Amino acid sequence: MPAPLRLQVEAATVLADRGANESDAPDPLEPLASLMSERLSIVVVEKDRDRALLIVDGLRASGDHEIHVISEQAGLARRITEHAPDVVLIDVASPSRDMLEELTLASSPLDRPVAMFVDRSDDSLTRAAIEAGVSAYVVDGLGPGRIKPVLDAAITRFHMFQRMRAELAATKRALEERKIIDRAKGMLMKARGLDEDAAYALLRKTAMAQGKKLVDVAEALVTAAALLS
Amino acid sequence: MKHTQLRLGYIPLVDAAPLIIAHEIGFAEQEGLTLDLRAAPSWSTLRDLVCLGQIEAAQMLAPVPVAMALGLGGMPTRLDALSVLSVNGNVVGVSTDLGRRMRDAGHLFDFADAAAAGHALIAAAGERLRIGVPFPFSMHAELLYYWLGALGMSAPQSLDVHTVPPPLMAEALAAGEIDAFCVGAPWGSIAVENGVADLLLPTSAIWAFAPEKVLTVRHDWAEANPDLTARLIRAMWRAGRWLADRDNRLTASDILARPDYLNLSSELLERALTGQLVISPRGEHRHTPGFLEFHAGAATFPWRSQAGWMAARLAARTGLDRSGAQRAAQGVFRSDLYRAALAGTLADLPGASEKLEGALAHPTEVASETGTLILHPDRFFDGCVFDPHAR
Repeated sequence: MPAPLRLQVEAATVLADRGANESDAPDPLEPLASLMSERLSIVVVEKDRDRALLIVDGLRASGDHEIHVISEQAGLARRITEHAPDVVLIDVASPSRDMLEELTLASSPLDRPVAMFVDRSDDSLTRAAIEAGVSAYVVDGLGPGRIKPVLDAAITRFHMFQRMRAELAATKRALEERKIIDRAKGMLMKARGLDEDAAYALLRKTAMAQGKKLVDVAEALVTAAALLS
Repeated sequence: MKHTQLRLGYIPLVDAAPLIIAHEIGFAEQEGLTLDLRAAPSWSTLRDLVCLGQIEAAQMLAPVPVAMALGLGGMPTRLDALSVLSVNGNVVGVSTDLGRRMRDAGHLFDFADAAAAGHALIAAAGERLRIGVPFPFSMHAELLYYWLGALGMSAPQSLDVHTVPPPLMAEALAAGEIDAFCVGAPWGSIAVENGVADLLLPTSAIWAFAPEKVLTVRHDWAEANPDLTARLIRAMWRAGRWLADRDNRLTASDILARPDYLNLSSELLERALTGQLVISPRGEHRHTPGFLEFHAGAATFPWRSQAGWMAARLAARTGLDRSGAQRAAQGVFRSDLYRAALAGTLADLPGASEKLEGALAHPTEVASETGTLILHPDRFFDGCVFDPHAR
């Protein structure tokens, strides 16, 4: 983790001013503003350390941002406002997400209201984000052009997690199924005096005859045996 | 009738019962609907799923579609409330430490008198009171502001109402982040079982007949699918009527308790369904008739005046123009679609779509489409009446 940028507060002020001032008149702060405008302050809310690091890596690759990770759920809204971020990213599956919603109601004139990111001309980016499992809260006045690279990077990383999660679940399920089939095979070997291959063949033949999955036949056998014993 | 699959989102709470029962007992089937029920991790995610069309309908906090019509929070999408799914059902709880101070000062925890409980709470709280609610736009928040505001405690000077997801509420109390909470069932009972809270009041003591959850869909979805909309309203109405039958409570709590729904002991869930609550870790009981209603007193009728009350309250605390807000909220509660869907069924429909909120102190007969209908008491604890047409 790099040291947080010292100029954070000033940068935020400059960004807010630019958002309010649409004119093309020369701005005495222009050099600073153009330098700073590339740099977004991003808060990532994520409990899992490995996941957080992967997201941060993805965001880094999308540009030179100042990134903070908050892993603590208690007092989440307060912790976030302390960082005065331009963008907050949070897993849509996190129950803590509701704590961010109160940031949409700025309680004092000094607060910068944050809104759920919705591109009003086209909500496909928001939709893609939600589908990938990430929701983005963006400070008022930040244009879609600035947020898109960040969201694209976050979406890619969150998709990666979804895939990993799905793979893990599939592996676990396969392991469970193997265990049940092994038990059913063992029962057949013992009760019918078959060898392992013959027991497996019998299970498979039965499954095909009944139009069922092998694991379902094995499970039925295991359950029935438990009831009879 | 063509069989249609609809994706419905809910939050695992006792008042998700109409959706779960419509699916499990066959009221959806009867309307040719197959419900694909999906538990959501948070209210904001549930709202986004409906807005982005990932699900067709959702159980929603009643003020959410009203707040959205006012441009507050979330997506710029218009959501319609097709019917009210439940009335009342929340509790106010205090930390055991605050509860002890209130008892020491002589409060009796009668679980009924909102004025006495509020005065005792304010006196024991000292300079500031911090209360956790599930969502910024919720009856939990609105009723707390109403109740404590009427007793002289106002936000933000001396009252902090913060969002804390109910599963984290006990933790927040224990860590001293909040002093009290207002939550739906079963979270109040869970806090009591965990020994961290005393229950002070049911929210029905603040407003006797407050809309709590509504059935929401996107406005354009309802417009494009009038037939599905009507079938969905009827399935929920029948589920609510089934839930109101005392004989079905045990079955209902057993179904809700299953691992794929709330995954909790059915005894805990039955407390809310019967209104028999354990209010302290020492096991004191209180009985609250009408603690949670799914049917009686035209509970599921989406009164436009209820939307008006919420709009007026939201406008007052966010600095919006009150009459503009009430106009914007008017059409959100779709009493027109509700009437159209239930015409010709056993449902008795009130003659009007608006009423004076808070005017009934006793069960009262009112004109209905088939004769008379009995409305339940809907008083506010301070006796005020909300007239949706008052300027």
